[in-house]
Parts: sequence; C-alpha cells; structure tokens
Amino acid sequence: MARAVTTERKIITTVAAWTVALLIFFPILWMILTSFKSEADAILSPPVWIGFDWTTENYTQVFETSNYFRFFMNSVIIAVGSTLLGLVIAVPAAWSMAFVPGAKTKDLLMWMLSTKMMPGVAVLAPIYLTFIQLGLLDTRFGLVIVLMLINLPIIVWMLYTYFKEIPGEILEAARMDGATLRAEILFVLLPMAIPGIASTVLLNIILAWNEAFWTITLTTVDAAPLTKFISRFSSPQGLFYAKLSAASTMAIAPILIMGWFSQKQLVRGLTFGAVK
Amino acid sequence: MGQITLRSVTKQFGDAVVIPSLDLDIDDGEFVVFVGPSGCGKSTLLRLIAGLEDTSSGTISIDGNDATALPPAKRKLAMVFQSYALYPHMTVRKNIAFPLKMAGMSVEATAKKVDAAAQVLNLTSYLDRKPGQLSGGQRQRVAIGRAIVREPAAFLFDEPLSNLDASLRVNMRLEISELHKSLKTTMIYVTHDQVEAMTMADKIVVLNAGRIEQVGTPMELYLTPRNLFVAGFIGSPRMNLISGAMAQKHDAHTVGIRPEHIDLSTVSGEWRGRVGVSEHLGSDTFLRVHVEGMDVLTVRASGEIAVTHGDTVYLTPQPDKIHRFGPTGDAI
Repeated sequence: MARAVTTERKIITTVAAWTVALLIFFPILWMILTSFKSEADAILSPPVWIGFDWTTENYTQVFETSNYFRFFMNSVIIAVGSTLLGLVIAVPAAWSMAFVPGAKTKDLLMWMLSTKMMPGVAVLAPIYLTFIQLGLLDTRFGLVIVLMLINLPIIVWMLYTYFKEIPGEILEAARMDGATLRAEILFVLLPMAIPGIASTVLLNIILAWNEAFWTITLTTVDAAPLTKFISRFSSPQGLFYAKLSAASTMAIAPILIMGWFSQKQLVRGLTFGAVK
Repeated sequence: MGQITLRSVTKQFGDAVVIPSLDLDIDDGEFVVFVGPSGCGKSTLLRLIAGLEDTSSGTISIDGNDATALPPAKRKLAMVFQSYALYPHMTVRKNIAFPLKMAGMSVEATAKKVDAAAQVLNLTSYLDRKPGQLSGGQRQRVAIGRAIVREPAAFLFDEPLSNLDASLRVNMRLEISELHKSLKTTMIYVTHDQVEAMTMADKIVVLNAGRIEQVGTPMELYLTPRNLFVAGFIGSPRMNLISGAMAQKHDAHTVGIRPEHIDLSTVSGEWRGRVGVSEHLGSDTFLRVHVEGMDVLTVRASGEIAVTHGDTVYLTPQPDKIHRFGPTGDAI
C-alpha cells in the first residue's frame, strides 16, 4: 500500500524544512545585515534586526582601504586552477580505478579519503619549509598545488563514482571502433560524464574558494585570496564588525551567486547514482 | 577476408579456468554461432577473439596473421554488443561515423559511407536523432551500422537480440541473416537461444564449461549429436533422454528420441501413457505424456489433436531416429 501523506504531515515537514534552512542561513543573513550597519549599530546588544540606519559606507571604506579585485582574482585563479589541475590528475586515476580496478583499488580509495580526516596543521611545518625551499611561499602556483592536493581525494572519489555508472561496454565499443585510450577518454568517457564532472568542478571550486587555513598561512600579499582579505579586517585595528561583515560579504558573494545558479547541478551531481 | 584460427587458446581469471585449451577454425565468410548455457564461456571466447580480453595462452590468428597480442582496434573486427553500446551523447550519424573518424577518414568520404550504411539499414530519417530517441530495434540497427562502415574482416555479435521483444527479435534475426548474405563477411554470433543458432548459422559451435562439445552445421548437430549435452541442447523442445531397461534394450546407457520422432496413437503403440500438460501452439501441440515404467516424455503432435489431460495414449518411437549414448554420455 502506498504511504498516505496527509496535509497536516505536509505542513509539519515544510515548516521543519524551512526552520532548518533558516537556521543554517541565519549567520550569513546576520553578516549581510551587519555589513549595512554603522559600527555603533553593529555592536548593539540586543541587536537591531531591521530598524537601523542602512548605510553602504562600510563597502566604500573596504574598497578604499584595500584592492578587492586583486584578492578576488587571486581567489579565482587559485580555486579554478587547483580544480582544473586536480581534474587533469584525477580523470586518469578515476578511469583506471573504475574500469581496470586492481585487488587494492577499494583500499586505495579509502586511504585517499582517510587523508581528508587528518588535520591540515599536522603537516604545516613540512609544507611550510618545503614552500620556503622551493620559493613557493606567497605564490599562486604554490597554493594551486596545495589546494589541488588537499581536494584531490574528493575529486578522484567523485569522478570514480560517476565513471562507475558508465557502462563498460560503451568504452569497449570505442576500443573496437579504433579509439586510442586518449580518444576513448576524450570523445566517449568525458562527454558522458559531463554532469558528474560539472558538479565535481563546482564543489571543488567552492571548497577551494572557502579554504582558509592554507591560503592564509602560505600567503602574505602577492598571492593573497579573499580569505586573507577577510582576515585583514579582523584583528590589528580592533573589532570592526560592520567592516568585517562587509568584507566577508564581498568575499563570499561570488561563490554564493555561483552556488545559487548551479544548485540544481550540484544537487543532481551529489545524488548521482543514488537512485537508478 | 575473415579467416579466424584459434590454437590451444586458454583463459583463466585468477584460479578459475574459464576456457581450457581450445582449437577452432572459422572460414572466410562463414556465419558461426557460439551457443551454450549461461556461463559456458561463449561470450568470453568472443571477447578473446575481439581482443577485449587477453588470452592466458595459445594463439589467435586472423587471416593468417598472429593477432594474439594485437589491441582490439588493430584486429579489423567489428563488434555489436548486447546493450547496443551506442554513444548516448552523439547523434546516429556521429555514432556510425565514429570508427571512421578514429581511422582518420576525410569528412566527405565519411558522410558518403554513413549515408550508404543508413540506407541499407533504413536509418536515413533518424540520422540526426540521439540513441535515446530510438526504439530498441533502431538502436540495434545503429550498432550494426557502426560495425558495417568499418568494412571489417569479421563481425562479432554478443547476444545482440536479447534485449528485444519476441517479434522484433524474429525480424532482426532475418535482417542479420540477409545482411550476411549480402555482405558475405565472416560473422561470429553468440547466443544462448538455440533457435537463433539453428536458423542463422552455417556452423554451430556448442560450448559447455569452456569446452567445445561439438562443431557442425545445424542439421549435423540435430541429426547426429556427439553426446548427451549436445543432444539435450539442440532442438526445441529438447530431446527425450531415457535410461534404464528401455535403453538396455537398445544396447545403450541412455537413448534419446526427439518429440517429433514419436508417433502418437489413441489405439495402439509400443508405450502406454497418460497425457499431462499439453501446449497448443496452433500448428503443433506438445504433449507431456507420463509413460508407464518411464519418465515423462514430450511428444509433438499436430495442432488439431483431440486428446486432453488424463487421456490414455500410445507412443511409438521411430526406430531409425533413436540416438544411443554410452555410460560416458558419448554417442554410440
């Protein structure tokens, strides 16, 4: 018998879903509201939610005191660069794991994923010293490499999941049709995996964009991305909540907009293969 | 040309021997069917010939050249898969053109060949559609078109009709047979359906547990099965196999008699039995008859036979159609 869904039940679940969504979104909403307040209004307790004097002064000041676009461009280059480099390495890796698995493939995948469970700070010293030795400190290239390495397990794992869904016979057909390995991947596998690749790219750009520990630690000026931009407004001059909120809003706005427009793709990608 | 020779070919997956040493000769232009029950190694054998699996030992020669170590693309073979294996992101035109693109053929020459293949296969009006917009039969035709344009030395078919419904399967069976007649290219066809094997093949290879049980024309296998396995596998409904006293009467361990070689009477005959389930197919009726002192026998009678469940009937095997088998199962 089909499970009956009553109107009451629908209302309860809808209200519950909206409550959870608002709870999750609340800090972002508060940050955006604070960015339009004066510094005095920003520290009022209890806080004033709507009835304050709206001002864009914080944004003007943030723009005047720092070169937002340089940070923005660094974020774009580091996030997109590390994701693309990750793809170049992960596609062949995921291909071999999905289509020519060895006895230890599953173990290898689990091991790769387990590295994500290790705190980054544990390898700070070796990476920092290596960066100094190789002259990679405060370079976009250095950050591209580090963020690529950090996100590589996720890229490989996601691509592996998508590739597993592609029938092996289609790749065999390509092989019979005279395709070299390169042609098989370029003309058959990748076009078929585009939805999966798109969501992998989106998720990894978001992860790289939001990564704060390494981007703040390994940069000073030249390669500093938006995470550094936010941190510059947090400490030395004291607590300027409104300006900090304005800087944070500016930092997350691009990724928020990108996430909003690509949410369908992201959800589809992340639930890929869950329902056949 | 499309002469394929297998010599001492074996295939092992880990410790499991899927194909013990096997020899096979396929002549140019022959339509050869590999038939056998699920898991008998027929698809593995086809994949070994295609180059999609590596042999564990032995050699595979195509047109006299050793192809054992050649990659699939270099063997000049084309394969049609059970699942069609079309490229879902490409149109029919691009699907058919793909092997030519891989071969580096010019755009004009490719277009000509694709159009010609589409015409042969009645696909001209579907060239700009994607596989997802086609029916099962049309998809299978696209898969065949993709194989045809390569002008291969041989076509390999891996249970290509299994995903089609019954009526379409009959049509496609005829189309593939006609295609073979017009192209005159070697075709190797894998199926578990012995009706497909009997109707399409010039030569049938019956496989069991990776071993070849018998190779021959459909009628050779039907008339003179080499052993019990082939006797039971070829023919529909399957041959009645009887052992015990009745077999001893014919100096055999087991005797076999096909349902169509037993005469049925309601008056008199060699064996007396009672009718069980009967299947009316219109032209024929297949009766399951419980014979006294024997097992249940299947008998083919005419479509209009007027016997029903529980009736007593008399059966007489046609003496020259009795097959005799020894204790090892081999024909005597």
